[in-house]
Amino acid sequence: MTEDATSPAALAEEPIQWTEIITPHLGWFDLRLREIWQYRDLVWQFFRRDFVSSYRQTVLGPLWFVLPPLFTTVVMAIIFGRVAKVSTDGVPHLLFFLLGVTAWNYFASCLTRTAGTFTGNAGLFGKVYFPRLTVPVSVVLNNLATFGIQFAIFLVIFLYQWSAGAPVEPNWRIVLVPLLLVQMGALGLGLGCLVSALTTRYRDFGMLVGFGVQLWMYVSCVVFPLSSIAPNLRWVFILNPMVPIIESFRFAFFGKGVIEIWQLALSFGMSGVFLFIGLLLFHHVERTFTDTV
Amino acid sequence: MAVVIRVEKVSKQYRLGTISRRMLYRDVQSGFARLMGRPDPHEKIVEGAANGSVPGENPDYLWALRDVCFDVHQGDVIGIIGRNGSGKSTLLKILSRITAPTEGRVFLKGRVACLLEVGTGFHPELTGRDNIYLNGSILGMTRTEITRKFDEIVDFSGVEKFIDTPVKRYSSGMTVRLAFAVAANLEPEILIIDEVLAVGDVEFQKKCLGKMNTVAREGRTILFVSHQSAAVENLCKRGIVLKNGSVQFDGTQTGAIAHYVNETTGHRGCLRDRRDRKGNGQVRVTEIEFRDRSGRTITTARSGDDIDVCLHFESQAPTARPDLSVGISIKTYLDAPVFLQNNTLAGERFAEFLPESGTFICRLGRLPLPSASFRIGFYILSRSHKGEYLDAMENAVELHVQGGDFFGNGLSPGITDGVALVEAGWRLEATEPPAEMAADRQHAPTSPQAT
Repeated sequence: MTEDATSPAALAEEPIQWTEIITPHLGWFDLRLREIWQYRDLVWQFFRRDFVSSYRQTVLGPLWFVLPPLFTTVVMAIIFGRVAKVSTDGVPHLLFFLLGVTAWNYFASCLTRTAGTFTGNAGLFGKVYFPRLTVPVSVVLNNLATFGIQFAIFLVIFLYQWSAGAPVEPNWRIVLVPLLLVQMGALGLGLGCLVSALTTRYRDFGMLVGFGVQLWMYVSCVVFPLSSIAPNLRWVFILNPMVPIIESFRFAFFGKGVIEIWQLALSFGMSGVFLFIGLLLFHHVERTFTDTV
Repeated sequence: MAVVIRVEKVSKQYRLGTISRRMLYRDVQSGFARLMGRPDPHEKIVEGAANGSVPGENPDYLWALRDVCFDVHQGDVIGIIGRNGSGKSTLLKILSRITAPTEGRVFLKGRVACLLEVGTGFHPELTGRDNIYLNGSILGMTRTEITRKFDEIVDFSGVEKFIDTPVKRYSSGMTVRLAFAVAANLEPEILIIDEVLAVGDVEFQKKCLGKMNTVAREGRTILFVSHQSAAVENLCKRGIVLKNGSVQFDGTQTGAIAHYVNETTGHRGCLRDRRDRKGNGQVRVTEIEFRDRSGRTITTARSGDDIDVCLHFESQAPTARPDLSVGISIKTYLDAPVFLQNNTLAGERFAEFLPESGTFICRLGRLPLPSASFRIGFYILSRSHKGEYLDAMENAVELHVQGGDFFGNGLSPGITDGVALVEAGWRLEATEPPAEMAADRQHAPTSPQAT
């Protein structure tokens, strides 16, 4: 009945209102971010799935959201504060490390978990189409929620210590905190997308992220303040976009540190660039990655 | 009818082999050459659009699809047939946007839902309710849509009692039912289905088919990758046969099946090179042919007609007085045996010397099979040699049954009602009631028949 449908004559019909045209290549800059918005319900469902299922069938349940950073902080306070006697600009050790760890964990988790987007979801991605970016976006939102819980713990301890007369001076830069969160999310997402795109071809990048993030922490002023670095070497650290972020966090709450606004602006710009490159590459890979994974 | 899918010269190339250091080296080389404006040293040189590992073509690449063109109109129910590796799945993956074509374009009109495997994205820790929302969202439904359809989905799946239980506690059947229920209530304009019907019990399969029938009647478009599931075949109006990545046939479903059968079993010697056989090889069946009453070769049999199943064989070392047992077995596509027939059952003995070549012919009277595809296996064994196999093969060929009039009244139950047709007679007999009841009934104001 339709045997003639493929004849050239049939192809020359009047134009049809197609809703979707599948082509071998999309433009590099055709990111289709609107599609993510159309699939916002899916982002929410992924977010919910990860949040609800993460501590099912555990005895301590939601307590697991706050235990790891607290333990890490205590260990750091002992090793770096007591044993190694690292300077904390006079800030109480617990507060100093807790803020650094909470902020760093948010970024690190964004990066490591989005980095596994393609390899970790290969089964799902190979079976059904939806905008792949919904997965890393929901991961970032998920981490943001976790950060919120952990940050609340920090705030409680902070307010308690502050009222008890600890030498901290919260100041106007606190208004920058939401910006810092967006920036860390963007940087984590950008780098994560970048790595996940590269991992589809060469798994080496997946390996790299695992310990790379750990090493990165030690040069990101999480366990020491920037002020403890010799002034003529500080510019090297400023090139690491995470240093101004962590330092800005500390400056906002403790009023101590040597970070300046232009340095934060530089870091902000770098995060934006990484996000852009990451999204480009992610989008370039998502259409054919099932062939190589 | 409006065109809703247009596939325009779609090709898909795969790179074979593993990705390794060598690959990285070559990638870097290619990239560097491009950067310097020199030709890529690893550029493939394709001469002639032949498929597969044709000599002269780069053996590292494989064309899974080559210049595939067809249009699908609204309301079409299409079966895509082809052997393993013919490109069926690749085509579906492109249509459902899981992967992009290497060349060509696909135009789509309307929302496409793809059921490549049910239950993708189910999370075992979440409850059935949560998973309906999750799975629905993955398949492209919005939250409000799912809420609107929620009761219908639960009802269809039949798991209402466990809807707030984590899915990991479900039986596999329940999971599949729930997953299919979500997918079936998607209401897409275009539905692409692959390997869905092979799961679930018979009753549920029937329910699924019913649902698909409804979907098709509502004027929506369905694309099946037919794994020869007879039920699916009956649903399709149009068939497309793929072979080595290109369209071989595009027409009616019956025509497509006939073409496909011809393609796979139509030529002589097709069993000669098959390796999936056992036996000592003294006798080898080289071809299985089906003939109708008048002796003509047929590709499709009709229910209720007599057919001859002919096993053409070659015999290498004629054994003395072999006393052979020759049989054929018929199975459905889900591998359920329908029946077995051999010369002993039919009261024949093959005890004479075997000629160098010849044919064992089994006449199946009034073929008791409904419209569907069946798998035919055969065996030849020597009873005088402790039942040693001379030659045997499971799933040697396919027998396609289409149409026919077994009962002589035009009625034809489908394969979902039963894998065989049986001649029968019906009559009504009244039970003689016991004496006292008969007496009661006489006093009753109305007889039972009247109510």
